[in-house]
Amino acid sequence: MTVLAVSGLSVEFTTEGGTLQALRDVSFEVPERKIVGVVGESGCGKSTLINAILGLLADNGHVSAGEILFEGAQELTTLDPTSMRALRGERISTVFQDPMGALNPVLSVGRQMVNVQYRSGRSKAEKTARAVEMLQKVRIPDAEKAVNRYPHEFSGGMKQRIAIAMALMMEPALLIADEPTTALDATLEVATIELLKELQEEIGCSVLFISHHLGVIAELCDEVIVMYAGEVVERGDVRDIFNDPRHPYAHRLLDCDPARQKGLVRHLPTIPGEIPDLRARPEGCIFRPRCHRAEARCTETPPEIVVSPGHMARCWVAEVPERAEAAR
Amino acid sequence: MTEIVLTVEDVEVTFPTGTLIDGLRGRPRSIKGVAGVSFSVARGETFALVGESGSGKTTLARAINGLQPVSAGHIEFEGKAVEGQDRAGLKAMRRRMSMMFQDPVGSLSPRLNVGQLIAEPFRIHGVEGRDLRGEVVRLLNLVGLSNDFAERYPHQLSGGQARRVGVARSIALDPTLIIADEPTAGLDVSVQGEVLNLLNDLRERLGLSMVIITHNLHVVHHVADRVAVMYLGRFVETGPTGEVFRDPRHPYTAALLSANPEPDPDKAHDRISLPAEVPSLLNRPPGCEFHTRCPWAREDCRTRVPRPEPLGNRMISCHYPLEAGAKPPERTPA
Repeated sequence: MTVLAVSGLSVEFTTEGGTLQALRDVSFEVPERKIVGVVGESGCGKSTLINAILGLLADNGHVSAGEILFEGAQELTTLDPTSMRALRGERISTVFQDPMGALNPVLSVGRQMVNVQYRSGRSKAEKTARAVEMLQKVRIPDAEKAVNRYPHEFSGGMKQRIAIAMALMMEPALLIADEPTTALDATLEVATIELLKELQEEIGCSVLFISHHLGVIAELCDEVIVMYAGEVVERGDVRDIFNDPRHPYAHRLLDCDPARQKGLVRHLPTIPGEIPDLRARPEGCIFRPRCHRAEARCTETPPEIVVSPGHMARCWVAEVPERAEAAR
Repeated sequence: MTEIVLTVEDVEVTFPTGTLIDGLRGRPRSIKGVAGVSFSVARGETFALVGESGSGKTTLARAINGLQPVSAGHIEFEGKAVEGQDRAGLKAMRRRMSMMFQDPVGSLSPRLNVGQLIAEPFRIHGVEGRDLRGEVVRLLNLVGLSNDFAERYPHQLSGGQARRVGVARSIALDPTLIIADEPTAGLDVSVQGEVLNLLNDLRERLGLSMVIITHNLHVVHHVADRVAVMYLGRFVETGPTGEVFRDPRHPYTAALLSANPEPDPDKAHDRISLPAEVPSLLNRPPGCEFHTRCPWAREDCRTRVPRPEPLGNRMISCHYPLEAGAKPPERTPA
């Protein structure tokens, strides 16, 4: 079953400088019990995508086309606010980059974890027991006492684990994790993603994992979506994307990661140019102005080329891998 | 003999903490953010400081720049002691040793435009007789920004552009040493490369020395000649970057390197997982301070304090340095 199916989603914001198209024709699916990664640089629309799913777009933004189908039944773009509220936190939950933003500094973590369960129909004692159980699951030492402590009494890594515990408390169908490890150190980052994977398997939820850290995506995710300037330029199995990227942007982005450089390089690769002004999108392919493989036909909107089942790239030249072309 | 630009010897930085009552109860009244660190940087060399948050990297950088008084040890820049300098002395020194702070946009005043921001070092240091407008244009071009950027304000810049402006400011007065605190933090991967290339390029063209602080190990690999790994305010391993990365000898370095997620889904993960959290500076473990998390720790590591010892080209603080490719021992349940 598909937990989340986004099809043809476009989101527009009305700004002083004109209409800004933040998302254009975004389609992808999050299958049951899978972790789907979203990669892309600042301004690619990752946050807009999350907000659109959660029904939390700013007042000047609206869904101009497409639909978001949750669990095959509910269409989130047209769902009434009451039903949406019932979904958030219970069926769809979130973990953000800054754990302090998710925790109330003046309430003990136990109290907050009990509050999260307000719709569960459990008794107070059951709720507290559940809070302790979740803290143990995220390896907070001495969980029975920890429920009485306040957020500032925990380290950054622990706070993020508590935020994860709270997000998974109600055993949601979908967890949206927005850069959950970016603020953490290397050793904690690894520990956190390992924990996330473990809990995801145990609870059996799906995860939409947003990150700009390619290493974390490669390690954690089953499927990957590459976004650029509000469009999904490529998507596929994690191995397809990392081993055989077909969209020139995806290819360049992977090349830029210093971790992909074999041996010592003093001059690191970059992507020349900047993302286009989303109020005045260029005609045809969105990446054309920065693309070294651009051709005459790229001024026309590129098709979605299916490279292999489940692996597609929105590019005219996607059928020919870059290396093969270079060898010609 | 290479010329040494910066020497740091046994530097300690302490911060007061707790109340008098805490003191009477036998709790510490001060913590050591930097606890005895020594290294030197030669002309044209890039030295990287790596470590996790709270390991003292930024405090050490601030001490080198004279922004943070040292409680013990000695820092020498171009043959002069940094500690004990008065305001005028420090000001003169900071002309030759510039600092790039962490947040690229936050370190620029929102009320000045780029032209004014780049001219600011000249005004602060009373450098006269130079054509300021000409200097601004020269510096903008040097960091790869077009002339019209001079009219823009920080909020109109992207992270990468703001970082370039920061670089232009730091090289304005032809320094010998640049201290860059997380120069790529918060930047996208494609932009990160640009900034590092720029720094590398300027270093070669202007013969600069650099101290780079970062927690991104992949970045260190490509820019630094030598690297020091910090843990709880001390260097656990110092040495040539390539060597340290190929074959880490301190268990903490090995763990840190293995914790670096690789962008390759099929990469086998021979990961050294570190148990427990980083100990608090208020309560430093006895013996080797890493023993609480070290998978290789032996009995005497709990009591005997290791001193930095030379090992080939490196300095290592460990009683039992690792052999190449050592795997962590099977953990016995505690």
